[in-house]
Amino acid sequence: MKAHLLSTADLDREGALQILDTAQELARVADMPIKKMPTLRGRTVVNLFFEDSTRTRISFEAAAKRLSADVINFAAKGSSVSKGESLKDTALTLAAMGADAVVIRHSMSGAPHQLAHADWMDAHVINAGDGTHEHPTQALLDAFTLRNHLADHISAPKQGSVGLDGLHVAIVGDVLHSRVARSNVHLLNTLGAKVTVVAPPTLMPLHNDGWPCEVSYDLDAVLPQVDAVMMLRVQRERMEGGFFPSEREYSQRYGLDERRAALLPDHAVVMHPGPMNRGLEIASRVADSDRSLIIDQVRNGVSVRMAVLYLLLGGNESALSEVNA
Amino acid sequence: MTAVPVVLDASDISRALTRIAHEIVERNKGCANVVLLGIPTRGVPLAKRIAQRLQDIDGTQVPSGSIDITMYRDDLRLKPARALSITEVPVEGVDDKLVILVDDVLFSGRTIRAAMDAVSDLGRPQAIQLATLVDRGHRELPIRADYVGKNLPTAFDEAVHVHLSELDGEDSVVLGRDRS
Repeated sequence: MKAHLLSTADLDREGALQILDTAQELARVADMPIKKMPTLRGRTVVNLFFEDSTRTRISFEAAAKRLSADVINFAAKGSSVSKGESLKDTALTLAAMGADAVVIRHSMSGAPHQLAHADWMDAHVINAGDGTHEHPTQALLDAFTLRNHLADHISAPKQGSVGLDGLHVAIVGDVLHSRVARSNVHLLNTLGAKVTVVAPPTLMPLHNDGWPCEVSYDLDAVLPQVDAVMMLRVQRERMEGGFFPSEREYSQRYGLDERRAALLPDHAVVMHPGPMNRGLEIASRVADSDRSLIIDQVRNGVSVRMAVLYLLLGGNESALSEVNA
Repeated sequence: MTAVPVVLDASDISRALTRIAHEIVERNKGCANVVLLGIPTRGVPLAKRIAQRLQDIDGTQVPSGSIDITMYRDDLRLKPARALSITEVPVEGVDDKLVILVDDVLFSGRTIRAAMDAVSDLGRPQAIQLATLVDRGHRELPIRADYVGKNLPTAFDEAVHVHLSELDGEDSVVLGRDRS
């Protein structure tokens, strides 16, 4: 049975920490004169992107190349998909070409799951964002960034690797459409952090009873209590109007401007998965301030994706296993 | 059950490391340019001990670190992906240095091959040498050690277990059956 990375809800604490610890070691590759290891020589990683993406695709490509894998980029635009090819036929094609892993981004929630379990091909599937469902590697790199930057505020467990125990993280903005929020809520909770999601009622998922987090509609009340605040992008492309009266009003009530950022404790950090709508969910001055980790997130993304590729593809069987498989 | 044969006890290990340190100084006419890199797990404390002895002999502080070779192994695809160990290269780096790799047991030589690849990705040393506490034979590659604590002829299916006080609470080298 092939292992996949489809959702952070499938990761237990041990599995998640294994990825973070591996990423910690691989991070030093970025500082080596030769930024390459022979580990995945001869393996083929296909980037299958049905939705626009810059940083995630580049990040996966850099990660695979640093491990010496061959990378094939497949963008749906201008491909056979725009001629009407189904996901199944695309998968069969990739299988025939000998893909060892497929990194998929798709606008439909569940497409990676379908690809992984439909028996179309024999490759590891990594979810790089599916609809409004999950974006597990983003959550992993967020956790990695938090663990590195807030080490002094995390309570270390009696044994085993350090998680995120004792941290309080706010996830703010368009929670309804955000796969980043969903992946982060599960992973942060698995790693021991307390999570509060903050959103206007119209952008809060109706059925979040099962989410291991608290819910608030008042950003100003939450900010002084948290160690980190993750701002989410307002996803205009998934909205057909009517979620908030105007961008100005959204920005005033839920945007992170300088006044709000000043409510945060001194040590607290600001994160954003990118791309940012500067001036809407986050003010430029805050995004460029000392407490912003936005560039660190991008840098850490490569290390975390290297770790995922190594653990899935590195041995004769994957070190990662799906908990709920 | 028979008692496990102890090949080296604590004082044997100590003497062997002291001799290795003297050989390093003699062969390289000092140790000004030396960087010691231990191969995890047990090469790392051994490298630290040799560094301490070099300082006692020569008065020079010799940098010592560790180099994980997992990502460079040639048998990665034969086993499940495994956890990585820590790589800590001294700030001096390896460029134009005399890098001495330190491991506990030299066996097939494949670990050392991987370590040499790992070092070349870090820079270009002036030379690479190899120190090992035990050389048990059965090489599968054209590799030999420059400094050997003890040559120990073994059967292929025997196991050599090195215990070090930093990790195992005592210093000893024992021979066992069932190589794991």
